[in-house]
Amino acid sequence: MFLAWIVAIPFLGALLPYGAVRLVPKQACGAAASLAAALVSTSALIIALSHTPDVFAGGEVHASMPWIPRIGLTLALRFDGLAMVFVLLILGIGLLVILYAHFYLAKSDQVARFFAILLLFQGAMLGIVLSDNLLLLLLFWELTSLTSFLLVGFDPRSIEARRGARMALVITGGGGLALLAGFLLLGSVAGSFELSEVLAAGERVHQHPLYLPILLLILLGAFTKSAQFPFHFWLPSAMTAPTPVSAYLHSATMVKAGIFLLARFFPVFAETDIWFYLVGGVGLTTFLFGAYIAIFKHDIKGLLAYSTISHLGLITFLFGLGTPLGAVAGLFHAMNHAVFKASLFMAAGIIDHEAGTRDMRRLSGLWHFMPITGTLAMVAAAAMAGVPLLNGFLSKEMFFAETVHHEWLGHLDWLLPFIATLGGIFAVAYSVRFIHDVFFGGPLQELDRTPHEPPRWMRIPVEILVALCLLVGIFPEQTVRPLLDLGVQSMLGFEPRYDLAIWHGFSFPLLMSLVALVGGLLLYRLRRWLFRAHDWVFPPTSGASVFQRLSTGLQLLARARMPHPTQASLQNSIAWLLLTTLVLAIWPLLPALWSLDVAGLSDWLMGLELSPLDVPSLGAGLILVVAAAGVVGLRRQRLQATILAGVIGLVLSLAFVHFSAPDLALTQLTVEVVTTILLLLVLYFLPQSDVARLSRWRRTRDLVLAVVAGTGVAALALVIMTTQTPSIAEYFLHAAKPAAGASNVVNAILVDFRGFDTLGEITVLAIAAAGIFAMLRGIRLHTPQRDLFGRPWSPDVHPTILAMLSRPLLPMALLVAVFMLLRGHHEPGGGFIAGLIAGIALVLQQLASGQQWSAERLRLNYTRLIGAGLLMALGTASAALLWQRPFLTSAFWHSESTWLGELELTSAMVFDTGVFLVVLGTVMLILDNLGRLSGHRQHGRRAGHQVAAHPAPVPAASAPALGSAPWKS
Amino acid sequence: MNQLIIAPVALPLATGALLLILWRAPLRLQRALSLLATLGLLGISAALLWSTQQQAIQVYLIGDWPAPYGIALVLDRLAALMLALTALLALFALAYAMTGGDRAGRHFHALFQFQLLGLNIAFLTGDLFNLFVAFEILLIASYGLLLHSGGAARTRAALHYVALNLVGSLLFLIGLGTLYAATGSLNMADLASRIAALPATDATLARVAAMLLLTVFGLKAAVIPLHLWLPGTYAAASAAVAALFAIMTKVGLYAIIRLSTLVFGLSDPPMLDWLAPWLLMAGLATLAMGTFGAMATDDLRELIAHLVVVSVGTMLTGIALASPAGLGASLYYLLHSTLVTGGLFLLAERIAAARDGSTRLSEGKRPAPQHQLGWVFFCAAIAVAGMPPLSGLVGKVLLLMAAQAHPAFLAVWILVLLSSLLLLMSLSRAGILLFWRGSMATQIAPRPLPWLLATALLSLSPLLVVFGGALSDWTQATAAQTLDAQAYVTAVQHSAPVVPRPHHSGDHH
Repeated sequence: MFLAWIVAIPFLGALLPYGAVRLVPKQACGAAASLAAALVSTSALIIALSHTPDVFAGGEVHASMPWIPRIGLTLALRFDGLAMVFVLLILGIGLLVILYAHFYLAKSDQVARFFAILLLFQGAMLGIVLSDNLLLLLLFWELTSLTSFLLVGFDPRSIEARRGARMALVITGGGGLALLAGFLLLGSVAGSFELSEVLAAGERVHQHPLYLPILLLILLGAFTKSAQFPFHFWLPSAMTAPTPVSAYLHSATMVKAGIFLLARFFPVFAETDIWFYLVGGVGLTTFLFGAYIAIFKHDIKGLLAYSTISHLGLITFLFGLGTPLGAVAGLFHAMNHAVFKASLFMAAGIIDHEAGTRDMRRLSGLWHFMPITGTLAMVAAAAMAGVPLLNGFLSKEMFFAETVHHEWLGHLDWLLPFIATLGGIFAVAYSVRFIHDVFFGGPLQELDRTPHEPPRWMRIPVEILVALCLLVGIFPEQTVRPLLDLGVQSMLGFEPRYDLAIWHGFSFPLLMSLVALVGGLLLYRLRRWLFRAHDWVFPPTSGASVFQRLSTGLQLLARARMPHPTQASLQNSIAWLLLTTLVLAIWPLLPALWSLDVAGLSDWLMGLELSPLDVPSLGAGLILVVAAAGVVGLRRQRLQATILAGVIGLVLSLAFVHFSAPDLALTQLTVEVVTTILLLLVLYFLPQSDVARLSRWRRTRDLVLAVVAGTGVAALALVIMTTQTPSIAEYFLHAAKPAAGASNVVNAILVDFRGFDTLGEITVLAIAAAGIFAMLRGIRLHTPQRDLFGRPWSPDVHPTILAMLSRPLLPMALLVAVFMLLRGHHEPGGGFIAGLIAGIALVLQQLASGQQWSAERLRLNYTRLIGAGLLMALGTASAALLWQRPFLTSAFWHSESTWLGELELTSAMVFDTGVFLVVLGTVMLILDNLGRLSGHRQHGRRAGHQVAAHPAPVPAASAPALGSAPWKS
Repeated sequence: MNQLIIAPVALPLATGALLLILWRAPLRLQRALSLLATLGLLGISAALLWSTQQQAIQVYLIGDWPAPYGIALVLDRLAALMLALTALLALFALAYAMTGGDRAGRHFHALFQFQLLGLNIAFLTGDLFNLFVAFEILLIASYGLLLHSGGAARTRAALHYVALNLVGSLLFLIGLGTLYAATGSLNMADLASRIAALPATDATLARVAAMLLLTVFGLKAAVIPLHLWLPGTYAAASAAVAALFAIMTKVGLYAIIRLSTLVFGLSDPPMLDWLAPWLLMAGLATLAMGTFGAMATDDLRELIAHLVVVSVGTMLTGIALASPAGLGASLYYLLHSTLVTGGLFLLAERIAAARDGSTRLSEGKRPAPQHQLGWVFFCAAIAVAGMPPLSGLVGKVLLLMAAQAHPAFLAVWILVLLSSLLLLMSLSRAGILLFWRGSMATQIAPRPLPWLLATALLSLSPLLVVFGGALSDWTQATAAQTLDAQAYVTAVQHSAPVVPRPHHSGDHH
């Protein structure tokens, strides 16, 4: 598991720069952070190097640990030749970049953050190349996208930086999602997500029908990451990143992840036509396109970005050839490109840093001011152009040779060398342009500052890289060969014969190189005409602006189509709800409706055993219909509508009586009274004015929905009432007396069989009361002084007759309530009804004599009453636990006492008392709080002294007085 | 009989009632009570969750009445998982509220406990009418919490919420009545076996009832086109309440699972099979609509609310795959999305506080660099968009893999992946607008505790990945058990009261 540390160290070490900054004084922050980062990378490098002997000895180092087996994710790492090539690139160039960044960012106060993100990126990159599991690789893959987002947007003050960061994230992250899909398919086809097994399953993958989709998805991932046409545009946009980031991500590492993927899966996918046409075609297009565009970029980094695109295309093309030698050349060029391009980016950064601009139109003649940097840049640019004795030359020669020796295109075989040479010409041209425009091309123009050589140590990384260019270019066999051999061996599984010599004799590829060099120089001479022609032929459009337009357009589209949440209308929501209900509920009936036979339906209707029709039922039904229609018709006259709704409830309770359900009738009756009173109180505060009329379409829609839904419910009710199914109700009738000790089955159901439901429902009441209390606390509403017609309310707040009559009623009503409570278990009654009756009795007192008056006499805190009631019910229910019985198990004692006669006590009665208290408390608390809304207390007190002076603002009194005659002054 | 099963009901109820009695007591005391109870609830839920691994399905007969007649609580893996998740989320939401939000109005802690009561009953109950009662408790408590501390926007959103849900309750009742007419029972296990034996005409009636109930649960879960209420409501709620509400849509999904796999799980063909194509369409459409909403919005809280809709669509898609793997993926995703969206709601308030109170994306300043808010948001966005290496990815990969054998595999893959990409765009845009643009807001006095709570809740996402192996196995086992309706029915049928009760002669069984 030692291997895992290579990846783990940068991730864990990302915290180190933060820690280091805390420990040192402010002026040493930068150095501390850089040192910490360098330390982390060095440690990882040491561990990596410690494994190299094994690899050089021809082995692979593996480490594996199960993680999420269900998705085939294991923490599997492999350190083989290919991984080693990339690990050395990532860590080696990483170290140089850290050193470089230390000087580049010297003035920034966010050095710690920079290095933390850089180390995270480094860890992710190492993860990609070391992963031995597809999903693990993907995980790191996306992490590089995410961290690169933070790096590109490191200084987010310009809109370009923000856009560039987001574009890089979306394109490479989106490619990663395609890669995920491809990997999932590949894993299922190969039968495993372990890379080793997938690589061995190449044959099976080739023949599988999913080969093409898998290939396309994986290539989408690789192409987006490696900036292949047409996904290339994120890379130039990402040039807003600090230059160390560009040197690291956009030359050596991140863009090489796609290349790494091509190399890794070369044995699985290559050797098919489609691979050649796709990968080779895209690569070649990108190569030519990138090289061409690079010539016209005025920003040094822009030029380098397009040059990178071009070189990535070249490498992609080499892998796309599908030949072993092509792959060798691809890998070799990937290494070479990393080295010379990183040094070029660093040089560009130095120029930017010291001259204050990267615009080649403003730069010239820098040679006199920074000859050393100029020399270094020149060597690196020469490597980029493919000048002999430099590393770029070697791999480019291999590229040319491969194009010449390829024989797939038949009579179009000349095309490949032609395009390769053309690209070579462009490459020479932009390389020359970079050097000539910046360092020569006349005397220095006016700049913000006088350029000079950078600090000695800032140049060191460039010097090392340029030295590498030379070393590899001159002594390839001695320097790079062993490493390249290892990489090739592990990539292909065997080692093809290839030659790294500088001199192959006079050959066609050499001729192509010469043509490219001369042609490039010539092209640069003719640049004025070329620029003019380019501007004339190509419209100034770019992938980046297309992306930006697409992104903005999508957002605007979404915004136009989506209703704004705060404007979401309740009526619309309810209409959708009803519509959905109708569609879904009718759906199961469709088969029946489809084979509709009217005869069968009427037979069914005729065959129903209906109760005989009697006059009272008919009358009640008629009243129901009229009242329901009245509620709809009078919906704008709220008072009348409320009263009519009350009528419906009353008729319903009569229906319960008719069907011998006295408990339900009593409940319905009392509930109806209480809710009507409360509703009337609320009505008092509602605005009197009418609501706006609805559009014709809305009214039609609502009418249709309401009629269809109403008809549906009616039909459903008919079916429900005429369906005879044996139900659990039989058991309750049968078991109420012997098992629950109750003669009243309804009450037994409420407090015993389904006491848990009752406990829940009284909790609902308690919550409602608490909620209303919380909501209305501290709210004072405007109290209307006059009614709808402008008449002042009656000043007679508490009519004497009402007060006098109501007082004697109270004890009687309370007595009835207690009676109802106690007899509940055997006769109609129970805690719920009793609570409502007691509540109504107390409400009456408040209405008749005022809240203040009642409160002084009834010192009860209703909130506490509710809490106590709940606890009482819960306590009774829980007491059973003490006897090892389940929650809510009831107990009853039956005793014959000489004094009291037959006595029966049940625990359910205590439970029912709890119910009683909660119901009573809830009714009173709600009433109390509604009363407070108008600041009743103050008014009430004053009203006692000077009744005549104030029109009554008291809702408790005025609601019943709504219909009374207006007071005339 | 495991007496601990009633504890998730009794504890919050007792605490809530006690808090009502002590409503004038110092806030410190109320907080201590509430926190203690929630901690206790977490412990109890953990113990129950553990017990489901040791034992098969456990049945608790309330009132000691035999199964189809009384109300039975049933603890299986799914119920225990939901209980534990609720308690965990609640602990964070409560602790966050205690940093000041609970001061803004009365009865916060009582309402909070009652909300937990409703959730716990909903997950535990094996009785369909009792589920209705649980929904009522849930609804009224959530209404109270939503209104907590008032304000015009909040009141309007809450009114919409409660009115719509009351219509939903009415539908629930109609559906229950219909189902009772067709079968004559309310116990879910009993319903399952009765529905399996229904004659054709009654089976049609039962199906109508099933669709009515499905609509109600769809409304709770915010499935398209019944999702319109969610963004406004969640965006209006206070941070702690919105965080707790992250579990609320899951109650609807939970009920859909129970309805389709248990109540109608033994019918021929099982409901999930004939419903699956519709659920799949609804799931994918919800996913798309949520994604679209996330793109459109210009408000951080609304963005998160739309992400809740996305998660609902994702989970529904997994359920609709009608396979253990699909359901298992959904359950894993449920854990992830509940914790992450909950954490995001908390984080949104911290971000708003740091940028002078604004949650608008395109206006307002960027927060002063303190508390690493940007980093936390970055990680949370990664998690919620389903990017590596956080829990969203694991959930999505589980889902994609489960979908692979499904006929509609292509649609699921394309929509899920495309949604990820679009979410990535929306979230990166939001992050850029929040943290990278505009002038720096004035430094506010640091409040480490609320920040820490938000971060801690979000940091459960990496834990879901680190322990992803064990967790995905767990959710898989949970899914397998959930889909085995017969085991549930048998467990309920074989449950017996402590004291033998009279047995009805006309009884079926």
